[in-house]
Amino acid sequence: MSTFLLILLTGVGLGALYFLVASGLSLIYGLMGVLNFAHGAFLTIGAFTGLWISTKVFPNPTTWTFIAAMIAGGIAAGLFALLMEQLVINRLYNRHIDQALVTVGVGLVVTALLAGWFGSDARLFPTPLWFMKAVTIGEAIIPIDRFVYIGVATILLIAMLSILRFTRIGLIIRAGVENRSMVSALGINVRLAFSTVFFIGGFAAGVGGVLISVFSYGVSPQMGGSWLIYGFIVVVVGGMGSITGSAIAAMLIGVTNQFANYYLTGLGDFVVVIILAAVLLTKPSGLLGKVNH
Amino acid sequence: MSSLEVKDLHVTINGSHILQGVNFFVPENKVTALLGRNGVGKSTTLKAIMGLNPGTGSIKFGGTEIVAMPTHKIVQMGMGYVPEDREIFASLTVKENLSLAARDAEPNYDLVYSLFPELLTRTSQRAGTLSGGQQQMVAIARALLNQNKILVVDEPTKGLAPKLVTEVANALAHVADHSTMLIVEQNLALVKAIAQNIIVMDQGKVVFEGGPENLQDETFVKSMLGVSGGHK
Repeated sequence: MSTFLLILLTGVGLGALYFLVASGLSLIYGLMGVLNFAHGAFLTIGAFTGLWISTKVFPNPTTWTFIAAMIAGGIAAGLFALLMEQLVINRLYNRHIDQALVTVGVGLVVTALLAGWFGSDARLFPTPLWFMKAVTIGEAIIPIDRFVYIGVATILLIAMLSILRFTRIGLIIRAGVENRSMVSALGINVRLAFSTVFFIGGFAAGVGGVLISVFSYGVSPQMGGSWLIYGFIVVVVGGMGSITGSAIAAMLIGVTNQFANYYLTGLGDFVVVIILAAVLLTKPSGLLGKVNH
Repeated sequence: MSSLEVKDLHVTINGSHILQGVNFFVPENKVTALLGRNGVGKSTTLKAIMGLNPGTGSIKFGGTEIVAMPTHKIVQMGMGYVPEDREIFASLTVKENLSLAARDAEPNYDLVYSLFPELLTRTSQRAGTLSGGQQQMVAIARALLNQNKILVVDEPTKGLAPKLVTEVANALAHVADHSTMLIVEQNLALVKAIAQNIIVMDQGKVVFEGGPENLQDETFVKSMLGVSGGHK
């Protein structure tokens, strides 16, 4: 039972990280039809910004410095995403092949620049001491960082859903995911919604980058690429354009991955691919897909 | 100024030259009906006017060239649009659909709910769960919320039950009394009731401009529109 609980909470924690990567991808594709292969770079920029805050600005890690690192990582990644949208994507709407090529290029350039600047070796992310502790639930000893991932992802999920549900820009984004040309035909400059979505997506990825650095025991220029693949899988399974779908799919994949790794001796990734194939074959729009471009 | 002047409008979609030099004029405070057989380019013309289909040539709205203007700016100039097939936002509620469309500081909800009282009882219902007629009411209501200089309406009674056709027709007739309107409509009875001008298109060009009295002529209707005027 204790093992089951440990695997379950580790899987939920992993799912929380997947959600942070996937939520922005899903909204960006859902609203704009942009397959953003540079999303991994947002994550990496967030992680390196967080590392800079935690090592140079506040070298003595506390709870507050870690929160500052997450926020700074989110903002840096969000601003980079916004800059990329304004300078690059803005000129390539409806040119899907070009978008894919350019975003792949941006991802590679960011990775190369960071590797040239900081080197390719992973750097340990300083955390408050209580991150190393564990709590006992029943007979299970659960590392406390799992709860941090789950808590942060939950806060961001609620924030994103609140923005989408209760604000005018959220209303425009929800409508734009369904039919962006009709949003324009109501006199709304949908480009403003595009920029907002890029910032929100970049922010979530940046915060995710900081947390992934802790989960993966290090920050490296290559970290975005491997997590991006899981982000895309979550988006496809959850459904393009649906934040709730991404959250459900992220949990499903995180938990399944962990259970399969333990009970099927390392077959976690294989089982995830099976889930992806099953969803593509039976419900290609994903669990809660909304996109109707 | 709410007149609309289209000159030498060309639209090519996926290599097909759909509009081949369309010319017409929509006068102020009059209803102009754009007629023609299926596939002659009527909806494409409306979409080109709205900036939804990129075209070349000239479209002047109140004297301002709008042919390369983004759609949202054209709408902000005072052009309301009711698209073919409604295109309401299915996952949003009726209230959200309407509030999304509201541009004016004081949107005219009173007018909308007086024309379509049924919508008032369904404000919290998701638009995707409405009947076709109710969805059309939402689509028209979105355009009527704001003080538009011109309404561009694409087949508002398409696919509706006869009772709903009457309701939608009454609403449009009410609006037509004090508005400039360009309407594509297959229902000739509705056209006769509200239009002061008719334009007939064929094969991507305008082939006739005149008054609605021409629609009384069975031969004209059959030759121009390929239908019988009596029951349409």
